[in-house]
Amino acid sequence: MTTSPSDLAVVGAGPAGLAAAVAAAGLGLSVILLDAGERPGGQYYRHPAPGLGATRPEALHHGWSAFASREAALRAHVSAGRITYLPHHHVWTVTPDSGESPGWTLHAVAGPDEDPATVRARAVLLATGAYERQLPFPGWTLPGVVGAGGAQAMLKGGLVLPGSRVVVAGSGPLLLAVAGSLAAAGARVPAVVEAAAYTGYAAHAPALLRNPGKLVEGATYGGALVRHGVRLLTRHAVTEAHGTDRVEAVTVARLDRDWRPVPGTARRIPCDAVAVGHGLVPQLELATGLGCATRPSPDATVALEVDAGQRTSVPGVWSAGETGGIGGAQLALVEGEIAAHSVAGRPVPARLARTRTRLRAFAAAMAGAHRPGPGWTGWLREDTDVCRCEEVPAGRIREAVEDLGARDARTVKLLTRAGMGWCQGRMCGPAVAALAGTDPAPDRRPLSCPVPLRHLAALPAEPPAALSPELP
Amino acid sequence: MSEAMRGRRRSPRDLVGGTAAESWSLRFDDRELPAQSGQSIAAVLWSAGILAWRTTRETAAPRGAFCGIGSCYDCLVTVNGRPNQRACLVPARPGDHVTTQEGTGHDDLAV
Repeated sequence: MTTSPSDLAVVGAGPAGLAAAVAAAGLGLSVILLDAGERPGGQYYRHPAPGLGATRPEALHHGWSAFASREAALRAHVSAGRITYLPHHHVWTVTPDSGESPGWTLHAVAGPDEDPATVRARAVLLATGAYERQLPFPGWTLPGVVGAGGAQAMLKGGLVLPGSRVVVAGSGPLLLAVAGSLAAAGARVPAVVEAAAYTGYAAHAPALLRNPGKLVEGATYGGALVRHGVRLLTRHAVTEAHGTDRVEAVTVARLDRDWRPVPGTARRIPCDAVAVGHGLVPQLELATGLGCATRPSPDATVALEVDAGQRTSVPGVWSAGETGGIGGAQLALVEGEIAAHSVAGRPVPARLARTRTRLRAFAAAMAGAHRPGPGWTGWLREDTDVCRCEEVPAGRIREAVEDLGARDARTVKLLTRAGMGWCQGRMCGPAVAALAGTDPAPDRRPLSCPVPLRHLAALPAEPPAALSPELP
Repeated sequence: MSEAMRGRRRSPRDLVGGTAAESWSLRFDDRELPAQSGQSIAAVLWSAGILAWRTTRETAAPRGAFCGIGSCYDCLVTVNGRPNQRACLVPARPGDHVTTQEGTGHDDLAV
């Protein structure tokens, strides 16, 4: 590499990364912003490509102005040469530089031809966001069963719906937003099926009362559902999707406190699509590849440990947004700005610190309320595929645990191939861990996306830390 | 009141307004599907009511887009003869020929 390193490389142009990049450039840093997507905004502010000609993209969003102002700032910083914005760059590993100038090299695959790209920076900020948590049920591999976030992403980005009668199911506040936007876009939503009881929030009344904005947001979604005639069934779950080539109906059952389906409560709801999701999982592979410390979250996912300045445990590496625990776009924006101040060596403005503390408290209350109960595995049948990629049914995983003595998801993977396919356990990981009787372990994926072998062959002979074979 | 009496239901387009810069046909297997500039291949297929465009390696089960953001790899498809492209990420382009992908999409390499 002959180019001189930037002050800061930001990975991810969602709310956290975008806010961080813009704020850091405003504080005088030279910034490189890399993003796997084609346009800034991440999953939350995903919006149609310009060619689709939407004149009111904000109709699909909550808090669009927070994005629009930062996108305008991004464009201004790019023209002024303060930010280098690299869309369509998927960073697959970050390696520490050796030698006299300490810093980092970020390795990416770029564009449709998967060209190799590397950039260097003195500091790295990981704002890699999250993906959806899925808990399998019989029939969940049928066409027409899609992620709730997936349905939302396809609607926001492509202006399409998976069907005309869509049951929204799973757990977490995203379901209300998804149901609201599907209904606003013309789908009929017979029911939102929420496994948790909203009374779970009551235990956290102080966190709720300090966040009136969040309550208003919830009420807005609730109001939209009422207007569109959507039924909200709490403490219920979709326990089976029916159909042969595509979904035609679902079975919905009441759950006990542990999320075990209550016998005799099953009923059928006809539909032609199901949008399902059980909260979000922080996307941590770049961070864990660098050795950043993690912590368990109240929603039973694993998040990064960060300090008051958004520093991870690895000096020179910062993180903001969902990587530090699921908390939503507003928190991500605030944490991105905090990280920018911290990287720039400035004090964190008290206003930002206070807002983060308040929103983090709300996020913790929410996470606890929607943590999956242990009884959900009660709706799996022996032949229900848990790993979608390798088509590994629950029965084979139970056999690995009960007969072959597997005690964790990794051993289950080695015995059954669950988690060994294309998605590298992103879809089945939480379910396999639950069946193995353990909490999910931090992501350990040396490559965060598929990488052509020629890129690996082009790496320096010394294996970077992230590729060294020290696995548990 | 029936659907017909109320008229056409709202659509995502009604919600966001405007019109696409360009429309053309995308070739999918032996069909021609209406496509708009800026849509991913998965979005073109969904708007034609097609939810499956791949069969799995083990049981030849039909699959299509699931996560919608490039994480799950369920939406793999063959585009212009190149297999294993994530339909939810790849923009549809005029002249593309998209084909249902069977298994790994690499049957030609089988021995």
